[in-house]
Amino acid sequence: MEALGLLFHGFAVLFTWKILALMMVGLVLGIFVGVLPGLGGPNGVAILLPLTFSMDPTSAIVMLSCIYWGALFGGAITSILFNIPGEAWSVATTFDGYPMAQQGKAAEALTAAFTSSFIGSLVAVMLITFLAPSIAGFALKFGPPEFFAVYLLTFCSFVGLGREAKHKTVISMALGLLLAGVGLDTVSGQLRMTFGSNDLLRGVNFLVAVIGLFGISEILLTMEERLALRGHAARISLRTVWSVWKDLPKYWATLVRSSVIGCWLGITPGGAIAASFMGYNLAKRFSKEKESFGKGRIEGVFAPETAAHASGTAALLPMLALGIPGSGTAAILLGGLMVWGLNPGPLLFVEHKDFVWGLIASMYLGNVVGLVLVLTTVPIFASILRVPFAAIAPMIVVSCAIGAYAIQNAMFDIWLMLLFGVVGYVFKKIGIPLAPFTLALVLGSRAEDAFRLAMIGSGGDVKVFWSNGLVGSITTLAFVLLFWPLIDKAFEGIGRLRKPANA
Amino acid sequence: MAQDIEIVVEDPTAPDENSPAVTNTRTVELVVMALLLALAVLLGFDNWRTGASWDATGPEAGYFPFYLSVILGGAALYGLVTVAIKRTEGLETFVTRSQLRRVLQVFVPTLMFCLAMQWLGLYVASFLLISGFMAIIGKIAWWKSLLTAFIFVAIMFGTFDVAFDVIMPKGPLEAAFGR
Repeated sequence: MEALGLLFHGFAVLFTWKILALMMVGLVLGIFVGVLPGLGGPNGVAILLPLTFSMDPTSAIVMLSCIYWGALFGGAITSILFNIPGEAWSVATTFDGYPMAQQGKAAEALTAAFTSSFIGSLVAVMLITFLAPSIAGFALKFGPPEFFAVYLLTFCSFVGLGREAKHKTVISMALGLLLAGVGLDTVSGQLRMTFGSNDLLRGVNFLVAVIGLFGISEILLTMEERLALRGHAARISLRTVWSVWKDLPKYWATLVRSSVIGCWLGITPGGAIAASFMGYNLAKRFSKEKESFGKGRIEGVFAPETAAHASGTAALLPMLALGIPGSGTAAILLGGLMVWGLNPGPLLFVEHKDFVWGLIASMYLGNVVGLVLVLTTVPIFASILRVPFAAIAPMIVVSCAIGAYAIQNAMFDIWLMLLFGVVGYVFKKIGIPLAPFTLALVLGSRAEDAFRLAMIGSGGDVKVFWSNGLVGSITTLAFVLLFWPLIDKAFEGIGRLRKPANA
Repeated sequence: MAQDIEIVVEDPTAPDENSPAVTNTRTVELVVMALLLALAVLLGFDNWRTGASWDATGPEAGYFPFYLSVILGGAALYGLVTVAIKRTEGLETFVTRSQLRRVLQVFVPTLMFCLAMQWLGLYVASFLLISGFMAIIGKIAWWKSLLTAFIFVAIMFGTFDVAFDVIMPKGPLEAAFGR
């Protein structure tokens, strides 16, 4: 009940003309970014972050989170009308969304996608509202060993539960953690990994890396492919919206199942990609008409969109409550918090109530406004795709350069951005995931500080990470998740051995 | 309701479907893993030099990054070995000649833009990049390209320099206008 009171306070913070206007600007920019091929949520947030540097933290985070919601909505437009998944998590939406558009049911498919996005996000935001304060309250009791154990759990679950080759995830993460350590060591005052360069004294700013890795590399990848588009146009009428909405109760099981999967994979760093595929596969498995999936079935749009958006939104829960982002975009938002001088984590709920509850309230409002906006403006946003990519690509490059320069007013960062652009392009092509890198770069120094403080406290005894039930459980769980693929295989092996014995 | 094929965007410089491969993914992966291994050795050495053990106050500055270098090196070595012993038939193409040409069509102008920014400032360099890219690479009419570039740069200047007070690198043109 206390959460409800605080949420109303959040709405009160939000209802100013300035914040509402920023919310609209964020949503429009977000949908724009989502629709453009080669851009998406993380890129859009990273590139547009400098716009918020001169704002107060609440206005800034509201605008950025609305860019994120907008991008999530916008991605469905290209998936359904053009069969181009703007993001990896939109791939599953194309399976049934595009066939629906081919059958002349684009408006229904888009309404289903936007509605399920809204439902998924709403469930996750409600989870954040009621769960985050309790987790944050609990986390206030954490000391350095507990915090390091939670960081370890995050890193290990990325390795153990990720879909990519394990050694590639380890490479991505270790590289991110190492780069986070470049520059002045805040504890001893010693220089590390600078090789005599004055520019490296400041360290590697994670936003510069993110702009290069996501923005520049996406441009290179998009240019590589054929850019000719051929697709459908759709206008959503009130009648279409009503016909989809009145059928919603029929799909309650799919919506609930996908929301639960999404929330779970958002809080643990499984990610929206895994959530969307899992949502789709489970909808297919539980359906009585399995063979109709992939041929334009509306359930095939509901399931992945609900799961992906529940996951994308739930990823903000650990970011707010523990200071540990559950996704790449959440990591970028977390970096934004640090730029504005806020310390993400449990103390945020105590020290910056206006900020936290304003943000949570903006999630509700942003989703409602976003839903209305996309339902009414689909033709306008779809027509953005008529603009030739040769006009959009250099504009994105300029926006990236502005973003990278504005962070520290350093020309060196522009070169660093370009280098990361090439690294991102190569990494994406050889399957080295970028999300663990971003996460490690953001959390690196905090994880190291927690580790050092824990070790100093224990006089160098690693048993400190098993010194009480709480830290011991988290550390053990971290190792279980790290070795999960092996454990899973072992269980499978035992199961197979038992079968013939029982037979 | 939907109408078929209403939005059509042609690509004047579309890559050739039958373009020969410049290199395969296996070779690139080998090179990347070798580079990562070398980086791990370099960073590991630097952290060892900084101090990778314990002193009276606790772990030294290089302690945490040293062990990360070891982990990075181990994973890169594993990657190198697994790629090296992988069967070589049916190799996946990393990039075709035509694709590489298109990637360079973006990368080279971006590189030149970064260089030009140092002497001409961000806004002039941006104007040159956008108009040049649209006209030369995109084969869009010059007047459209120049107008688009001018409008975009003016919006950027108005947004960042005037409205949000984010100071960008300036060149001789801005100096001539007293900014």
